[in-house]
Amino acid sequence: MATMTLIQAINHALRVEMERDENVIVMGEDVGVNGGVFRATADLYQDFGEKRSFDTPLAESAIIGTAIGLANHGFRPVPEIQFAGFVYECMDQISTQAARIRMRSGGRFTAPITIRIPYGGGVKTPEMHSDSLEALFLHSPGVKVVVPSTPYDAKGLLISAIRDDDPVIFYEPMKLYRSIKADVPEEAYTVPLGKANVVREGSDVTLIAYGSMVHVAEKAAAQAEKERGVKAEVIDLRTISPFDLETIIGSVTKTHRAVIVHEAAQTGGVGAELSARIHEEAILSLEAPVERVTGFDTPYPLTAIEDEYLPTVDRICAGIYKTLDF
Amino acid sequence: MELKQGSEMFQILNQDGEIVEGQQVPDLSDDELKDIYRWMLRIRTFDGRSIKLNRQGRLGFYAPMAGQEACQIASMAALRKSDMLYPSYRDVGTAMYHGLPMENVFLNSRGQITGMKTPEGVNAYPPQIIIAAHVLHAAGSGWAFRLREEDHVAIAFFGDGATSEGDFHEGLNFAAVYDANAIFFCQNNQYAISVPVHKQMRSETIAQKAIAYGMAGIRVDGNDPLAVYEVTKKAADRARKGEGPTLIEAVTYRVGPHTMAGDDPGRYRTKEEEEDWASKRDPLKRFRQYLDSKGLWTDEEEERVKEEVLNEMNEAIKKVEKAPKGTVAELIDDLYAETPALLKKQKDEYLSWKEGK
Ligand SMILES: Cc1ncc(C[n+]2csc(CCOP(=O)(O)OP(=O)(O)O)c2C)c(N)n1
Repeated sequence: MATMTLIQAINHALRVEMERDENVIVMGEDVGVNGGVFRATADLYQDFGEKRSFDTPLAESAIIGTAIGLANHGFRPVPEIQFAGFVYECMDQISTQAARIRMRSGGRFTAPITIRIPYGGGVKTPEMHSDSLEALFLHSPGVKVVVPSTPYDAKGLLISAIRDDDPVIFYEPMKLYRSIKADVPEEAYTVPLGKANVVREGSDVTLIAYGSMVHVAEKAAAQAEKERGVKAEVIDLRTISPFDLETIIGSVTKTHRAVIVHEAAQTGGVGAELSARIHEEAILSLEAPVERVTGFDTPYPLTAIEDEYLPTVDRICAGIYKTLDF
Repeated sequence: MELKQGSEMFQILNQDGEIVEGQQVPDLSDDELKDIYRWMLRIRTFDGRSIKLNRQGRLGFYAPMAGQEACQIASMAALRKSDMLYPSYRDVGTAMYHGLPMENVFLNSRGQITGMKTPEGVNAYPPQIIIAAHVLHAAGSGWAFRLREEDHVAIAFFGDGATSEGDFHEGLNFAAVYDANAIFFCQNNQYAISVPVHKQMRSETIAQKAIAYGMAGIRVDGNDPLAVYEVTKKAADRARKGEGPTLIEAVTYRVGPHTMAGDDPGRYRTKEEEEDWASKRDPLKRFRQYLDSKGLWTDEEEERVKEEVLNEMNEAIKKVEKAPKGTVAELIDDLYAETPALLKKQKDEYLSWKEGK
């Protein structure tokens, strides 16, 4: 065991997988010598050499597109998109090319690539760096989408993603890179994809969140308990696609209420999908309509009003009370 | 100072099938020469009949390739079966030459999903629909060969319009930076649907773009099979030796419409122009003249090859017409290595809905 930040856990996951499998390579802008702008790939270049850790030219579509070609010959590339806002540059290569090549070739060709993307707000990045675009990929059949919320999960989920035979988008909450520390095993271990985590048990309402919002939801659960004696269950979704409906429905049939929390814009977001599923599968156990506490239907704002845009403990509590007082 | 790049075009056979003065014929045996011609004739025949099949409603999407036979066959003849091919929708000639069964082409055209199954041993991606997306796959593939120190080559085929896409530029740049074992084969057939190449770009040639990326580039007469063979062979040799990628601009012409989905070339090009390319610069005619001059081909052989292809097509189309259309369940099965639970549920719902019908 060692105490690690989330970014260290990610670095560790890459390192143990590169040691285990020589086909695992990392690639992206500034990932080599510099070790990534967040240091996620720190020292990999120095220790594994430039044949395993590449500084690519600055071109997102090419980073993903060439990773697909590399994967064609047995490599397991882990490309990095430097910031989430730049993912539009490679939408085609992710959603049309990587996501579909298995289906398009009847299983003959596959794209086992893990696309790492720092994302999310609360760190005051320049414009167009922080957007939460995970719903785009929830709506892209053929890729998986993972978001860790703890150093332990980050390492275990990333190892699972690298070993997965399909393309995985691995969203890393920038806000959590260095703000949390935890004990993480030194050796390789996996946290399964597609499995949610109940991080706090409760009986009155289910809070569903992922990424940095899990921590805000946990705080909201504590505050609601203090303010009104509410026992909230908190679920960390961990995998956005495919999501773990079983755990969600299991919880909602117990608590009869649900509040979904995410940073991304509300309309057409992950919350919309989860809410629809809860209504489809568990309408008779619901005591109130499912609430969503999310970012607004605007582009991610400039830094001065970031704190107003992102869901807060108070906004989540208000959402909880709305379901209770319905 | 003259900054303009030359627009010279490499040629071995002139329009009359004669060796251009000072040029050397590539090192090909009589049988190899005949095989190239035979395949050009095969896909010319295939093209004509496919257009008819489309008009009869027996085929779906089809992008004619007549006029581009030298580009598609002579280039692939210079490569090995172990090399990796990334074709576009118009390049089914390259794919069939590389081993893709005719049946797959038909199945795909008819929208039957079994056509998507690329057979083991056929080293070709499914034809690309997104313009230039596969330029990147070939760059990555050729980069993998370089990293693994294997002497295979990846080749991508695309049109002149594709050279305006970002992926084309990103792909060439990456390939050059990493010395990828890649060949970028542009069939400059003069039009991207209706847009002529002079409205596509301001550079005089496509080949000259190679200079900007620091890679080898050459402009070749795309209707001259010997020249196409020679430049592709050179590019492949360079790549195999680790000398990096090559951009080939093959100057050619799409004689037919863009696709069979209602394109009328009469709206954007003249009859005279079409006539000029179709009769005077026809790659088959030119090559046949050359083979005749060496006494290598006969009218009987010509008829026999055509008949063979038509028979093969007959068999293949009958077979695919009887083949299943495919089901959404199969689509779901091929999407992920392991189908996620919610998708399994959708599959079950689909299957019971289908049974109930
Ligand atoms: C990204 C993208 N944009 C637009 C299209 C629609 N489209 C299909 S073919 C074509 C023209 C392509 O021309 P060119 O690259 O010269 O190839 P050619 O068809 O002449 O072989 C266009 C615009 C497409 N398939 N993909």
